[in-house]
Amino acid sequence: MDNYIIEMLNITKVFPGIVANDNITLKLRKGEIHALLGENGAGKSTLMSVLFGLYQAEEGEIHKNGKKVEINNPNDANDLGIGMVHQHFKLVDVFTVLENIILGVEPNKMGFIQKKEARKKIMDLSEQYGLKVNPDALIENISVGMQQRVEILKMLYRENEILIFDEPTAVLTPQEIDELIEIMRGFAAEGKSILFITHKLNEIMAVADRCTVLRKGKYVGTVDIKDTTKEELSRMMVGREVNFKVDKSEAKIKEKVLSVKNLSVASEHHKNLAVNNISFDVNAGEIVCIAGIDGNGQTELVSALTGLSKMESGQIILCDTDITKANIRKRSKAGISHVPEDRHKHGLVLDYSLEDNMVLQRYWEPKFQKKGFIKKREVRKYANQLIEKYDVRSGQGPTTIARSMSGGNQQKAILGREIDKEHKLLVAVQPTRGLDVGAIEYIHSQLVASRDSGKAVLLVSLELDEVMNVSDRILVIYEGEIVGELDPKKIDVQELGLYMSGAKRDKSKGE
Amino acid sequence: MDIVYYLVQNTLPVAVALLLVALGGMFSERSGVINIALEGIMLCGAFAGCLFVHFIEKNSLPAQLIFVLGMLVAAVAGLIFSLLLSWAAIHMKADQTIVGTALNMLVPATVLLFSKMFFMSDGVTTNTRFYIREVKGLGDIPVIGKLFFQNTYLSLYIGVVILIIATIVFYKTRFGLRLRACGEHPQAADSVGVNVYTMRYAGVSISGVLGGLGGFFYAVGVMDGNVNGHTGVAGFGFLALAVLIFGQWKPIQILFASLFFAFLRTLAYSTTLIPFLKALNLNQDYYKMLPYVATMVVLAFTSKRSRAPKAEGIPYDKGTR
Repeated sequence: MDNYIIEMLNITKVFPGIVANDNITLKLRKGEIHALLGENGAGKSTLMSVLFGLYQAEEGEIHKNGKKVEINNPNDANDLGIGMVHQHFKLVDVFTVLENIILGVEPNKMGFIQKKEARKKIMDLSEQYGLKVNPDALIENISVGMQQRVEILKMLYRENEILIFDEPTAVLTPQEIDELIEIMRGFAAEGKSILFITHKLNEIMAVADRCTVLRKGKYVGTVDIKDTTKEELSRMMVGREVNFKVDKSEAKIKEKVLSVKNLSVASEHHKNLAVNNISFDVNAGEIVCIAGIDGNGQTELVSALTGLSKMESGQIILCDTDITKANIRKRSKAGISHVPEDRHKHGLVLDYSLEDNMVLQRYWEPKFQKKGFIKKREVRKYANQLIEKYDVRSGQGPTTIARSMSGGNQQKAILGREIDKEHKLLVAVQPTRGLDVGAIEYIHSQLVASRDSGKAVLLVSLELDEVMNVSDRILVIYEGEIVGELDPKKIDVQELGLYMSGAKRDKSKGE
Repeated sequence: MDIVYYLVQNTLPVAVALLLVALGGMFSERSGVINIALEGIMLCGAFAGCLFVHFIEKNSLPAQLIFVLGMLVAAVAGLIFSLLLSWAAIHMKADQTIVGTALNMLVPATVLLFSKMFFMSDGVTTNTRFYIREVKGLGDIPVIGKLFFQNTYLSLYIGVVILIIATIVFYKTRFGLRLRACGEHPQAADSVGVNVYTMRYAGVSISGVLGGLGGFFYAVGVMDGNVNGHTGVAGFGFLALAVLIFGQWKPIQILFASLFFAFLRTLAYSTTLIPFLKALNLNQDYYKMLPYVATMVVLAFTSKRSRAPKAEGIPYDKGTR
């Protein structure tokens, strides 16, 4: 007999317009690390929310240690020893680390919080598991990595023995990911059981014991990691063979499209320049990648290029037109398409429908309006075209509210909108962040297609694989300066890493 | 020196009314519910309290006992009235600003209707003298005695006690922590098992109690025990909202903000006593605009760095991600 600590049997959960979980069964052994794999929108988070009591399933049962249990709210889950680190951290920004950890289970005498007691327990846990935190720091002032440690401490503080991690690595740096994996192994060794939602195959191969795969809300199967391969997992997840290599032919470089001259941008965070005297060109028919570790001026560079923020000095020329002083709409009309870094903040109006989002930059064109009135029918027709062409999946088609869509489909919608619009230069900033293999593959192929149709593509990426596979030319940015111009065919990842970390730089660049 | 004493003695009862209402607003807004209805709640408390006093003062009870009883009636009235807001805003997820505005219109109309029906007047008047000439023993202390224990009302001391209790509850208790979490990130609170609806009901109810009290204190301490459906509480509920914002939704800063506004108001009504202002020979009405003009100026300059509770005004829905 297998020793299952949690069994989720035949769970079905329906949302308006979509069956998020369709008869799914998941069995978790005591002391194992169990990965839950699936594309965006496959129903992983929904299933875990059912286990954690945030949603109630329409059908199915949950058993703990063989006994049927009812989980109607997070309190019930907590009483059963189930804890969860949510993908979007559930932390109160203006509270301290300590206050966030104890919220809901405050040690108290007659309602008065006993902070001393709480502090001691937190510091003990922090030491025992090597989760360094400053209990008095405000959440808004600490790094994302530390916020995650706070979330983990929240579970430990509640003495949970079943730990759910919802895409924990999406927001972490490579070093932090390694640390997290160590911590998870430590928990498992101690007898805690871990459910780990992800779509990163490398991490599953590195840390998980078993893996359950979901696809479009349905159960595909559960496999032992030692008996499987990355390829098999991805086939189970996507339902077909996945190409990890990006198919592309030699770049056919044509005329110069974008020319940036001596661009400097002030930083919002410190007194130094975030972008310091950068010059580069991007030509039609090539993908130029700005590679670098997060926070080295990429965001500011792109903001200045697209007109989201002002520059200190320098010049931007697009196809022989000086657009240095042009506003965002003029730049957009001049031919810049922009897939922004933060798709929720700059890519979509989350509470608008998908169709309205599709014409955000174009509603004023005669095609979509007449005398100030929007031609609803035209907009819908256009939205339907894009939805079909770019395979955007959603509950209610063009009338779906953008907020309710999965990240991958939101990104496909933005990409479709930007590529379909008349443009000469496509600026794509971390276009695959947080997306699953299938969506990444699709977006990469679209970038290459855009290049092949004679557009210039400027890609900003933090992912080494993406930089090496997609780009035709690499510009490495470090502390606001371009420290190297590299050919991806002639260098390897290690060398690129040296440039990105500032250990190496071209003599010809800067200084 | 006498002018200083006079100004302080007259500022404090005004400040206490503002302080309590703004503290009430603080509990409501930091639990996540915008309380525009403070004006209505105040008038509701003032009217109920004074009506009670009107009927009970025929019995020869001690004045301060009547004050305390009237205060309790006002608090209960404020609480009940605030439930209308809770129910609409939390239960029915209505737009909080619109509900608040509707409630604000409801009260003066009701007061007028009621007063016309039963008293043939625009409001209710009371005759008990709640004024405290001097607190025995304490009034003789040099300076302090004159500032705080002469020519004042019981409301001052009750207000101080409430401020202390409110601050402790807000920052030192489990209840306060949970309440503040609901106003900032209700999903986070929900995910650790805090009932957001309950906390928000509690926040609005506290604002009802304190708003009702503040209304009664205003009627007694500022309007000599009269309530009128036409003038209502003269925008003090809205002024309290300004105090709340100026005070950054924090109790001690709210105290100073209410002192500031109350002082301006007192000053505006005391210009004849101040030689310098009297010499200017301006129309009295200009001075009376002072607290309201100051509100606009202060808010215009402080709103940029002010940080409202993040989830304020957004009905909580478990489904949103």
